[in-house]
Amino acid sequence: MSAAAEDPWRALAPRVLGALARRTGDFSAAEDAVQEALIAATTAWPGGRVPENPYGWLATVASRRLADQVRSDRARRRREDSAVARSAESDPASGSDDSLAVILMCCHEVLTPASAIPLTLRAVGGLTTREIAAAFLLPEATMAQRISRAKARIKAAGATFDLPPPDRMPERLRVACHVLYLIYNEGYARSGGTELASGDLSAEAIRLARLLRATAPTDPEVTGLLALMLLTDARRAARTGPAGELVPLAQQDRSRWDRELITEGVLLATDALGHGAMGEYQAQAAIAALHDEAPSHEATDWRRILALYRVLERMADNPMVTLNRAVATGMADCPAAGLAVLDGLDARLGDHHRLHAVRAHLLEMQGDTAAAAAEFRAAAARATNVRERDYLIMKAAGAR
Amino acid sequence: MRYMLLQNYGEVESHCAPMTEWKPEEVQAHIAFQVALNQELIERGELVDAQGLAGPDAAKFVVWDGSEAAPVVTDGPYPESKELLAGYRIVDVESPSRAIEIAAKASAAPGPGGAPILQPIEVREVMGAPEPEM
Repeated sequence: MSAAAEDPWRALAPRVLGALARRTGDFSAAEDAVQEALIAATTAWPGGRVPENPYGWLATVASRRLADQVRSDRARRRREDSAVARSAESDPASGSDDSLAVILMCCHEVLTPASAIPLTLRAVGGLTTREIAAAFLLPEATMAQRISRAKARIKAAGATFDLPPPDRMPERLRVACHVLYLIYNEGYARSGGTELASGDLSAEAIRLARLLRATAPTDPEVTGLLALMLLTDARRAARTGPAGELVPLAQQDRSRWDRELITEGVLLATDALGHGAMGEYQAQAAIAALHDEAPSHEATDWRRILALYRVLERMADNPMVTLNRAVATGMADCPAAGLAVLDGLDARLGDHHRLHAVRAHLLEMQGDTAAAAAEFRAAAARATNVRERDYLIMKAAGAR
Repeated sequence: MRYMLLQNYGEVESHCAPMTEWKPEEVQAHIAFQVALNQELIERGELVDAQGLAGPDAAKFVVWDGSEAAPVVTDGPYPESKELLAGYRIVDVESPSRAIEIAAKASAAPGPGGAPILQPIEVREVMGAPEPEM
């Protein structure tokens, strides 16, 4: 998947699909046809060669595939045959709107993230079902079913291939942002670990976020999302040690952070802040920027980070945000104040390992080693991922 | 989230006879049930893997202390064979409750006379990857 990040065919996929779906009104069939055309392109044009007009080539092949499909289904849909055959030539002028319409269709609010994610990677990202299945370590048949169920769901919901009215656009873009954010997390979380696949999912998410921003340049949350991804990705190399172990932010070697990504991310985050009220992605990007620009963990501007977590808390009642506010409070004020923020979180978060881990860190800062060790042990017992658990076991062992 | 649904050789709650003592058509119905359940999980986009393991009589236990001495390999049959794993499914589902629902379905697999065998299914979350720190 990595070499394909700059694949010219894949970059064309959403525009061709958009044009085809708009003409035929059948998003699901058009999506199948473009997927087949993309696979045909890699066979017909091996070794990175491309025809003079790759858009025209892809659009023509996809149109023919769709026509074949329709023809084989003639009894049911005779009408569409001529409509599709007529339209082999296309107008790339409306390409940007078409790409946006494809993204919004794939990230439709009737879909769960688990089905929107693979559909987006296939229809917008131009990845094959096999590549997507490999990235998520799932059998191809399971992933194929997930995608076709997603398309059936969109159809059943009566979704049309038109852009929403301007007043509904921000909320539709929010759903798309959430899907891209989850794709990014999936890749970022696994990178550097023992898992074989999928670090490239975050590179793909960044590519899709750039595409989304190109189609909706004035939406500050889309810009904020891209900034957040870049500012988080800048720290990727420093986040894992030589044996794949987790290195927490406080201990990361900041000289290994990617300065170019930080510069671009900070510019985007600043640009987003100039456009109206602050949204969640902008606030998170602003926090990431403060971390990325800090010379050390201790010299971080924790007061501003604390203020931003308060802003985030007012936007969405998310106990995980409160958990982060406790950490920021511990750093900006004192560990005891941070621990006080945790009071009352037990009821909202349940027995979550993160709650125990944050409490453990604050107790450790306070010098209460025995209590910290007990909390690290409790956190390790409840962790749902191996690297975090290993880190917590090490901390528990070291704190004794 | 991923869950592993484990089936042991342990006694089923219904105390039905071992499978080798069922009628052939009862065995067939049981296998058909398992195949159909797997197919349903594929169609719902949830199946990651499903495997049955070779019988406990063929199981081997290996212990080594890292020394020059050869590893100790114990052949079956193993006296505590009821504690051994018979097979498993790994499913990728959207909620813990869906994993329980699948486990419940698997537990009600048909046995002698078509009655549910009430097999205990151990439901364990598979460790995932850490969330990004943000």
